[in-house]
Amino acid sequence: MAVTPQATRYPETTHQAIVFEDVSIQFEDNPVLDGVSFALKRGETKILLGIAGAGKSTILKMTLGLVKPDRGRIVTLGYEVSSMREEELFDLRRKVGMVFQESALFDSLTVEENVAYRLQEEEDLPAEEVRQRVVDSLRFVELEQTLALFPAELSGGMRRRVAIARAIISQPEVLLYDSPTAGLDPITSTRIIELIVKQRDFYKTSALMVTHRLQDAFIMASHYFDSQTNQMLPITAGSGRNVHTTFLLLREGKVIFDGTAPELARSEDEYIREYIA
Amino acid sequence: MELISPAEYAKDTVLAVQDYSGLAARSLGNLFRKPLYVPDAIQQADIIGVGSLPIVVLTGFFTGAVLALQTSATLQQFGSLSLTGQLVSFSMVRELGPVLTGLMVAGRNASGMASELGSMKVTEQIDAMRALGTDPSKKLVTPRVIATVVMLFFLSILSDFLGVIGGFVISYLVLGLDAQQYWHSAYDKLSYDDIEMGLVKPVLFGYVIATVGCYYGLSAKGGTQGVGRATTQAVVAASVLILAVDLFVTRFLMVVT
Repeated sequence: MAVTPQATRYPETTHQAIVFEDVSIQFEDNPVLDGVSFALKRGETKILLGIAGAGKSTILKMTLGLVKPDRGRIVTLGYEVSSMREEELFDLRRKVGMVFQESALFDSLTVEENVAYRLQEEEDLPAEEVRQRVVDSLRFVELEQTLALFPAELSGGMRRRVAIARAIISQPEVLLYDSPTAGLDPITSTRIIELIVKQRDFYKTSALMVTHRLQDAFIMASHYFDSQTNQMLPITAGSGRNVHTTFLLLREGKVIFDGTAPELARSEDEYIREYIA
Repeated sequence: MELISPAEYAKDTVLAVQDYSGLAARSLGNLFRKPLYVPDAIQQADIIGVGSLPIVVLTGFFTGAVLALQTSATLQQFGSLSLTGQLVSFSMVRELGPVLTGLMVAGRNASGMASELGSMKVTEQIDAMRALGTDPSKKLVTPRVIATVVMLFFLSILSDFLGVIGGFVISYLVLGLDAQQYWHSAYDKLSYDDIEMGLVKPVLFGYVIATVGCYYGLSAKGGTQGVGRATTQAVVAASVLILAVDLFVTRFLMVVT
């Protein structure tokens, strides 16, 4: 990785894509995160849950160094982003893909230019190769026919899918999804979740996903993508299939649960039972 | 409306000045760091330069014309109507050309930059750009600074010229001055110092317009209302700063030359 030499590398985090240690932050005297600690293993998908304003999106932005914590340490892909300068972070960010809540596509660029953006910025690739990778990436989200359209000409669901294509084009080591199904109808939401599951099971990319929709979270934990039938299927009991998907629940700036879907369902905590009810 | 304490206001102001200074310095420092977004700078030059052409041409022409008209009465009292050309060219080149062009471009482009970047900020496109490994100050700010500085330089020259033509039209058609006398007076009395002052100012004004427009755009928050507020603030701040910088530069150049 071409991160500048000043950046501190933490070899003890080799098997962990993301580590948060005692991270706290407040915005204008309002504490948002208070002593948050967790780790995302390589190949694991962790779903961040919590009510609005719990700090879920802030965690994603902190992972990339877009927001700095007031206290604590954040290590992404072995680099302590919480202490790196903005200029040092650009190389590291190229190893991480992020899908923003409202897609955040560049509205002055076409779908093709949006998806190709990262390749054109960082590499001196031939135009033919860039185009091929853009088409491949858009084919993954089943939107290869939208190359020449502008984001304003797409529906909300299509914009999210283009945002996913943009995030995965450089095959990042970590993916961050910020409420990828927010504001979408149930059918489109399921389609987006299916794409995320497909990405998870095809490429085994480590991922953090924020969502308000519990059903999305449980679908992800209980389904896998079958490449033969090209569709998402439920995991049958006793199949022994592990999709490496865990849950992290935030409450008032603190982590109150970090574990698997069955553990969440079995929890005796009153707040958790009310949350998942 | 929430009232804030004077100490809080002072702290916010100092922080804003610090952030603006940092952005303004980075926009220049980026000139020496790769990548250089040359196509973006050319695109901005087209938007800022070619797009501002009509407004600058009209402003320059009418300012020169009205200058000739307004001063003719006073000059006539002293029997110096023949100096109209000198007065118009001197005023346009040293002061009115650069300042009025700067104010026009500030009104048109500082607002444009603030609203464009502000919209990008509130829709998380700036964060997306950072997340994709691009430095927004390199990609968005520096090309706008280069384009505004270069184009304002040439627009000011054009405005000066159109102003002198405007003065000529009034002098010749309304005041009945001899054409050769007007042009001789307008051209011959201009010194190197006048030209120097007229060319230094647009460079500084261009820098002020672009950095202020980009700063307010990148600091926008609070949705569409925030973008509107940033746009207004950018025009006001850029206009006031142009007039303030004009005073200091004029004084400085008068002392050193």
